[in-house]
Amino acid sequence: MNAVILLFPGTNRERDMAIALQKATGKKPTILFHQETALPAGTDLVVLPGGFSHGDYLRCGAMAARSPIMPAVAEFAAKGGHILGVCNGFQVLTEAGLLPGALLRNAGLRFLSMDCHLRVETTNSPYTSRWQQAETYRAPMAHGDGNFFCDAETLARLQGEDRVAFRYVTAEGEATAEANRNGAIDNVAGILSENRRILGMMPHPEDLVDPLMGGTDGLPLFESIAGVFATA
Amino acid sequence: MTAAPNHPNARPEQKMKAIVTVMPKAGVLDPQGKAIEHALGTLGFGGVGEVRTGKIIELELAETDPAAARAAAEAMARKLLANTVIESFRIELA
Repeated sequence: MNAVILLFPGTNRERDMAIALQKATGKKPTILFHQETALPAGTDLVVLPGGFSHGDYLRCGAMAARSPIMPAVAEFAAKGGHILGVCNGFQVLTEAGLLPGALLRNAGLRFLSMDCHLRVETTNSPYTSRWQQAETYRAPMAHGDGNFFCDAETLARLQGEDRVAFRYVTAEGEATAEANRNGAIDNVAGILSENRRILGMMPHPEDLVDPLMGGTDGLPLFESIAGVFATA
Repeated sequence: MTAAPNHPNARPEQKMKAIVTVMPKAGVLDPQGKAIEHALGTLGFGGVGEVRTGKIIELELAETDPAAARAAAEAMARKLLANTVIESFRIELA
């Protein structure tokens, strides 16, 4: 799998992401600067990693979503390309209109830096196929604006089309208000595009992919997407 | 004789300013507004209802035609200044 990680000014999780991708694919991802205007030929997966692109000016992800590389990313999406956005990358994807909704300031106003638990809400996606339905896994989160919001119609559509990938839950797998620390609508932590090939999520599965990091809870996501291209 | 609009001696007030006010839409949670609301209560200010926060963006425009200036500012607001999923905006010219 040829993965390309986009680098914006203020991105700071590209190396963690590269480690996770390399672990699952055995291949070093390409890191591409935001001022490029084309993706490398043969790109299978575009990854928008976490960080604080452009200092979160105006709105988180707003500036990055208008950077020179983004028209090529939109074109890649239109052709059915696979795109993963984590944390700030999720914010950029919503700002770019590649995923619906928006990420608001956390309901409690606090920057949340801690582990959370996520429940796999669908295994029908290139990113979640190696998990069991309703399996719960641990993932670190670190964000100030992770409060997913969309209108009622969009939410009904996401639910009806099985496009909620992950929800915030307790360690026991219950989607409670306490587990939903940033106040996201319906405990939503990650969503899929209509064709299921674009995933955006706030927590960081790439930070738990090796026992040395304290666990491998996030590894199935990278093995799932690597598997799509290993068999292709 | 007055200077032409683009003349170096053109008076600065001939430049048009668009003031774009961006606010969270009704029904969208505004945690900062809530925090300010609580703080005002803590300070003893009574009679304050809901508090909403937004932002004001001032644009200095080369355009001198008010209708064209408004249209340009509106295009900028739709494309970048506001995220219309969660925010509404209004434009005033000055």
